[in-house]
Order: sequence, then structure tokens, then C-alpha cells
Amino acid sequence: MHEASITESMLALALEKAIEAKARKIAGINLVVGELSGVVPDCVQFYFDFISKNTLAEGAKLNFETKPIQIRCRKCSIVFTPSDHKWVCPECSETSVEITSGQECYMESLEVE
Amino acid sequence: MNIKVIQVGEKILGKNEDKAAENKKRLDTQKILTINIMSSPGAGKTSLIIATIKQLSEKYKIAVIEGDVASSVDAEKVSAAGIPVVQINTGGGCHLDAFMVEDGLNNLPLPNIDLLFIENVGNLICPNAYLLGEDVRLMISSTPEGDDKPYKYPAMFADSDVVILNKTDLQPHLDFNEKAFRKVVDGLNPDVILFPVSCKTGVGMQDWFGWLEGKIKEKKNK
Repeated sequence: MHEASITESMLALALEKAIEAKARKIAGINLVVGELSGVVPDCVQFYFDFISKNTLAEGAKLNFETKPIQIRCRKCSIVFTPSDHKWVCPECSETSVEITSGQECYMESLEVE
Repeated sequence: MNIKVIQVGEKILGKNEDKAAENKKRLDTQKILTINIMSSPGAGKTSLIIATIKQLSEKYKIAVIEGDVASSVDAEKVSAAGIPVVQINTGGGCHLDAFMVEDGLNNLPLPNIDLLFIENVGNLICPNAYLLGEDVRLMISSTPEGDDKPYKYPAMFADSDVVILNKTDLQPHLDFNEKAFRKVVDGLNPDVILFPVSCKTGVGMQDWFGWLEGKIKEKKNK
């Protein structure tokens, strides 16, 4: 459900940047979302098609780059992608870990005409 | 047609963060300690607020912003305790954002408040992605939910300053392993402050009240 409000914020940001650049049309929007951000790309696309009608962004292609979850062991500092839901360091079995990637949710760039 | 690429590199929720910073400034000026309470539905957000009001409302002026998908049952419970409360219905939305909280602040007697609770919508997926202007991010996890919740919603636990483990009175009837829970929470978030409590029986609540009073005073003296 939060994709509705994320899509609104995303569209507003895209339109603001496109108008600043005096673009006539937004052809593509390049987004980066982490696996932990809770954002489902298909769901964003669904809302986007609906709310972008009659704007510069109508028909724009949304390109999602998904960032995997990465965590860093606080004991031996290695960075790893957890393979299952138990977040244990594969080197030293430490459970004290820091999330270093996977929470991203930003707009990298716009493709405009 | 010529396609041109514009580099943006901005957070989708950047505008929310700007508004949250504005709210924070406003609350700092008034020296109001503000706590964003997040949890799954039914973990005890309203119970914690009401128990805290009962304990501290003679010493401190408390107000509440109630976020809910629909209905005003929680707001009515708080209002019955004689506390200023603003209800925000998100109309199906699964979290509060800084703009909604700004509306809430506009409807509260800010100069007469020491402590503000913001009760978020019951949800563990996304409320942590929306800063509101709070001083403290507090999450409630309750024993019937199971000790594996930090694995399923790591970002919520990693982003919280305080975790309240509620319904400890039910522990004898459950398989909940408090030691295992604590280990994962501490692992994800070494700075977290964890209070095991039962809002119903009052066990453990004195530690929470004591900590909270310390924070209220700290904010007053800033």
C-alpha cells in the first residue's frame, strides 16, 4: 500500500526535475530500490501508469535497479549477503551485524526529450 | 527524438525528510520530547500510551497524535484520559508521514506540552522509512508475535532507539525465547535500549517511566 505514496513522491520529483530542465517529455525514470525498502516495483509501475496520465511523464518507462541486502559483521568486518533469514557471519559466526545496503530508495536519473 | 539524461541522485522521500526536519525544529523550540511509536497491530501502542499517561500526567503535560487507517477508537481512549489528542486517519495509508504530523502539530496547544506521543499506523514494513520530526523512535514487539520478528523486519529494529518487549506476562504460555530475541536485536542495533514490560500487569514499567522522565528533563534543559 505504501507504494501509492512512494509513487506520488517519485512522480512529483520527476516532474520537478523535468520542468527545471525544460523537458517536453519524460521517456524513462531510473530508480534504485533496496530489497529491504519494502518497495515492490510492479506495484509502483501499476500506480505510476494511473497517476502519470496527462503529465510529462505519461508513458515513461520505469527502470528499477534492485540493491541486494548486504550486511557487515561487527567483529571481523567482512561484508556479506545473507543466504537465509539467520543473519550470522559466515566467517566467524558472529550475530552482531550492521545493514550496509538494501534500504535504498532513490531516483538516479531521468531520460527526457 | 533526442534523449537527454538528467542526473538526479535524490531520495524519493527527500521532501518528507525536509518536512520532518521542519517539524523537529518546531518541537525543539517548544522543548517537547517527541516519541514515534511503531509496532504491528495489537502489540500495545495504545496500552503503552495510556499506562504512561496514568503514571506521568500529573507531573508532565502530555499530548498524542493518533495515526490510524480508519476509525477513532484509539483517540477516544486517549481523550477519555483527559489528554489533548489529534486523530489522523490515513485513509488506507499504512504509515504516517511528516506532512500529516505537521497538520497534527497545527492542532495542538504546543506551548503547553512537555511530551508528545505519535502513535503510528500498526505496520512493520514501512513506517521506519518516514521520519516525522521525532526525538525517539520507539518500537513495540510483543511476545505472542514470536522471537523471530527481528529477522523478518530487520530494518524496523535497526532503526529504533528503544524497543519495548510487551506482554511478558504471557511468556509462560508461549515458546518465546527472550534471550534469543535480545541477541538478535542487540546484534542489529547495539545502541538499542530494551525494556521488557507488561502494560497489563505493570511489571517492568517503572524502568520505562524512569528512562522517559530522564529524557523529558534532558529535553527541557537543552
